Amino acid sequence: MTVKELAEREGFTPVCLPDPERVIEGGYCGDLLSWVMGRAKSSQAWITIMSNMNIAAVATLCDVAVIVLSENVSPDDGVKETAEARGINIIKTPMATFEAAALISSLI
Amino acid sequence: MSESVRFRFNVDGSNFTTAGQASVQVKKNLRELGIPAEAIRRVSIAMYEGEINMVIHAHGGEAEVIVFEDRIEIILSDHGPGIPNIELAMKEGYSTAPDNIRSLGFGAGMGLPNMKRYTDDMKIDTELGKGTTITMTVKF
Repeated sequence: MTVKELAEREGFTPVCLPDPERVIEGGYCGDLLSWVMGRAKSSQAWITIMSNMNIAAVATLCDVAVIVLSENVSPDDGVKETAEARGINIIKTPMATFEAAALISSLI
Repeated sequence: MSESVRFRFNVDGSNFTTAGQASVQVKKNLRELGIPAEAIRRVSIAMYEGEINMVIHAHGGEAEVIVFEDRIEIILSDHGPGIPNIELAMKEGYSTAPDNIRSLGFGAGMGLPNMKRYTDDMKIDTELGKGTTITMTVKF
């Protein structure tokens, strides 16, 4: 499934999609950035409630396909612009991390 | 024998939200040089952790990345307080980061362990009150 296809599903809202055709090949859930950085893999959907600027750096370095902000979290000021510039997709959802992960897992 | 390529960066210690800029730039540069993807990933993760540490603990510092034919060396130097107990600092979960840093998702005590895990060699030179230099090597 591509990031665009996920963004179009009910319950998901795109924040920015500079690379919409990116294919999601798995997922990782986590909010401790160092932990995520050591474990998330390329092309995964990273589901988190963290919204600060550092998520853009972590997503870039891990090369995840998309950041999925769960629990209706919105990105902090400037995150959207940075993500856009670096080609990082961000989607948000009111779902809890568990629900979002279960749904994404069933779709890919 | 080909010449090595060097990149140098100043790590700004005053702005936590922009930490990671050097690592992101290095990732880009290494891609352009055609370095294998897994090596790039290891270098950029180790370097980012180092950058974050420099911002949290040492008011910034300098980063140098040297690309050799078969390996990449990352040298991170700061003039911070130094590491009093390296063995303790290397333990996963041990952290002296303040609460405001933890609320941003860092300070989980994974920084130095991640740097060691993702590199083939890591050397820490530290002196209390003077600073710390960490040299890491990633082979490819």
